[in-house]
Amino acid sequence: MGRYETVIGLEVHAQLATQSKLFCSCSNRFGDEPNVNVCAVCSGMPGVLPVLNEKAVEYACKMAMAIDCAINERSIFARKNYFYPDLPKGYQISQFETPLAERGKVRITVGAAEKVIGVTRIHLEDDAGKLIHSPAENVSRVDLNRSGTPLIEIVSEPDLRGAEEAVAYLKELRAILVYLGICDGNMEEGSFRCDANVSLRPAGQEQFGTRAELKNMNSFRHVQKAIEYEVARQADLLDDGEQVIQETRLYDADKGVTVSMRGKEQAHDYRYFPDPDLPPIVVAKEKLAALRAGLPELPRAKRERFVADCGIPAQDALVLTQEKELADYFEAALAAGADPKKAANWIMTEFLRELNQAGLAPGAAKMTPEKLAALIKLIDSGAISGKIGKQIFPDLFTSGDDPGAYVAAKGLAQISDASALEAAVDAALAESQAEVAAFKGGKTKLMGFFVGLVMKKTKGQANPGLVNELLAKKLG
Amino acid sequence: MSDLHLLNLTQVRDLLARGEIKAQEAVAACLGRIHDTEPKISALLSVQGEQALDAAKSLDAAGPDTDKPLWGVPIVVKDAICAKHAPTTCASRILENFVPFYDACAVARLRAAGAIILGKSNMDEFAMGSSTENSAFGPTANPWDLSRVPGGSSGGSAASVAARQCYGALGTDTGGSIRQPASFCGVVGLKPTYGRVSRFGLVAYGSSLDQIGPMARTPLDCAALLSVIAGHDPADSTSAAVPAPDYEAAVAARADLTGLRLGLPEQFWGEGVDPEVRDACRAAVDAAEKLGAKVVDVSLPHTPYAVAAYYIVAMAEASSNLARFDGVRYGYRDPSAGDLAGLYEKSRGAGFGDEVKRRIVLGTYVLSAGYYDAYYRKAAQARELLRRDFTAAFERCDLLCGPAAPFTAFGLGEKKDDPLQMYLSDIFTISLNLAGLPGLSLPVGLGRDSRLPVGLQLFGPAFGEDVILGAAEALSQALPSLPLPRGIAAA
Repeated sequence: MGRYETVIGLEVHAQLATQSKLFCSCSNRFGDEPNVNVCAVCSGMPGVLPVLNEKAVEYACKMAMAIDCAINERSIFARKNYFYPDLPKGYQISQFETPLAERGKVRITVGAAEKVIGVTRIHLEDDAGKLIHSPAENVSRVDLNRSGTPLIEIVSEPDLRGAEEAVAYLKELRAILVYLGICDGNMEEGSFRCDANVSLRPAGQEQFGTRAELKNMNSFRHVQKAIEYEVARQADLLDDGEQVIQETRLYDADKGVTVSMRGKEQAHDYRYFPDPDLPPIVVAKEKLAALRAGLPELPRAKRERFVADCGIPAQDALVLTQEKELADYFEAALAAGADPKKAANWIMTEFLRELNQAGLAPGAAKMTPEKLAALIKLIDSGAISGKIGKQIFPDLFTSGDDPGAYVAAKGLAQISDASALEAAVDAALAESQAEVAAFKGGKTKLMGFFVGLVMKKTKGQANPGLVNELLAKKLG
Repeated sequence: MSDLHLLNLTQVRDLLARGEIKAQEAVAACLGRIHDTEPKISALLSVQGEQALDAAKSLDAAGPDTDKPLWGVPIVVKDAICAKHAPTTCASRILENFVPFYDACAVARLRAAGAIILGKSNMDEFAMGSSTENSAFGPTANPWDLSRVPGGSSGGSAASVAARQCYGALGTDTGGSIRQPASFCGVVGLKPTYGRVSRFGLVAYGSSLDQIGPMARTPLDCAALLSVIAGHDPADSTSAAVPAPDYEAAVAARADLTGLRLGLPEQFWGEGVDPEVRDACRAAVDAAEKLGAKVVDVSLPHTPYAVAAYYIVAMAEASSNLARFDGVRYGYRDPSAGDLAGLYEKSRGAGFGDEVKRRIVLGTYVLSAGYYDAYYRKAAQARELLRRDFTAAFERCDLLCGPAAPFTAFGLGEKKDDPLQMYLSDIFTISLNLAGLPGLSLPVGLGRDSRLPVGLQLFGPAFGEDVILGAAEALSQALPSLPLPRGIAAA
């Protein structure tokens, strides 16, 4: 597909993790029974009025600052009008002509390359409710718990050039939101969602091709697959001399394809106009300064610090920082005295594997960072071998046992006593007369065979350095 | 006291406060009057008789309370304003069975002040109209002449006050819906400054224009009501954080109009005003001069753009505000809906009347892609120019005045099929909604030909209600009081 250049712009919706909804005092909690977090305002009863949640504005401003947007002195709420049963007012309260913030940028890393992606705007809006379809009963029900949940929409410039860049951009945005503590970033539950505008243009052409808008992608993998499919589909059309139609397409995760949902002519005319119920958002300069002063360390800064201070490779730092909880875990392990490089390796291999298998978040692991640090220290001090460490890791992860106590109870301590090992070495050599002769004849590679034999006899507990030393002496 | 219903709000309020009559007597007098006059005028869509008597009983049991400035006073509320446990239909089929579980802020404040809600008054459907003929539940008749309209859209409130069914009422005014019916029915009606009274619980028509306001028989009565309902409400982000004064005290403090600069905008006194209306208003201005007012000629040059700007803004907002009436959660749902599109089309098709549909269609049109700049944005600009007109005028005078409506009450059915003619009856009132300014219609006499009430509109700068009410009360003292409306005189 080198003939075409892929052009992608993303619209990201992030639910803000405020206590209450954007325009009423209902709880903003996910997962409750349908229609319990609902009042006259978020169910669109006659005569009720919205009152802006100041916390949501603060959260949105934090995001704007984190990605270097200019925050407008006055921004305006506008009504986006359309009919749907999950939209009780018949309009969404959003922002149109004057959004909260504009002109930001997000730096992404794809492989070894760095790239800056432009952000067109960030605006505040309220979420719709949800329809629950019951085909068996032939009914659809409306759940308004989500109605009125605060969202920010983050619109990127069409700066992304492929699925990989799109996913890297999304991961970076998500990480920033979670670091700021303003969004839980859960894609499956829909608190972090994205639509992708995808188009192709002949390589070297400046003018954009016709785009399709992709919806219904509930994971980074879906985003990747949907864009890849769409790029291939559009390339096939163009190859055949056909036109790409401007339309909205839904990603079907089961089939791995995108399917037309509605064309341009069925597109809504949202009839935006300024919401007369809400005055402009004006955030005082002092408030903005206080918010800026309170910004936490963001993923990129943390990454750079890990590379500079801990001497770990940039790629490892990226893996460790994409989930804030994992970065916190890593830092806690260092604070408990673990060697940074070793901690990074253990976390990225054993710990992440177990974590994914168990489907847990880092903070929920019974194996706390302190316990991981203790395990690493047991290996560093020679108390157990690295091999034993790996063997017992799944057990320690699941049980949350203290590594020192576990090793003692199971008698797994490394044998570092020469006199205790000598018998095993002698026995091993006695069993392998032929190999000993061959070794002495110059086949020095057989050293590994002898070490393995001693290890087997000591159930892996022998100190490998000491075994090597003893063998060398006896064979020399 | 058999003529209890003939008293003014402040008079009955004082009797109640002194314990000379019981709240139950006041309520019974009003319910009796409703029983006698309602068959003729149909001012009310629902009467909460039992609830009102129960409330009165509780008040009487506790005795008069000086902390409750409207203790025991029966009030009628326009049906566009939510009152807990009472139907709030907006005179529409689509809300025929809707009973809110919340009080509008203004209603809650009335109740907290000891007022008793008697009933909900008729109106043009969703406040869209100037005659109350657009009610889905039938028109209201003007108590002065039962063959005529009471004006609108707060025609039920105006007729109810005029017929002495209650001591005061709440109306709502988006383009003149308090002042024009007040003028037609010979009562006092005040549209406060935008933001003066909370809109929470007022079913929205044109949100940037709507205001709740008092209607009663004297400016002093309106002042007593406004003192209770005005003031900041955190539940309405457009309500003003401006302290509300004691309007009644402000009115009492003014004995005459000495030093008052009263402006007469040329655009309000020229073509298009019935001569009998102009003459009655002019006579009132003469009376004001005798009371010490200094008359100043002023101009509001952008007035000719007001009607067009108003209808664009109001209809645009209405098309969005009425989207929530979709048959999904409450209100009328067509049983034969079938699919989702059918649910919307049939429920809204059968639920809304013609004028509402007309305004939704026009409002949808002016907001559509490609038309927004030509209509809505232009209207917003015209609105700003109108505001500047008023700002300039109020540098030269304290209050402005002119006829509240270009004519007296017209006949039922006379303008019903001519929406443009109907829209013109608001020609003198809508500028104030566009500019967000307060205005009051004061009955100044009967037209010499029609023998129907004429209203003079007094309007002032933002939050100038105290000045308007004071001047209106002083002027009304100097004018002969109106007799009881003829149409219900025998009742």
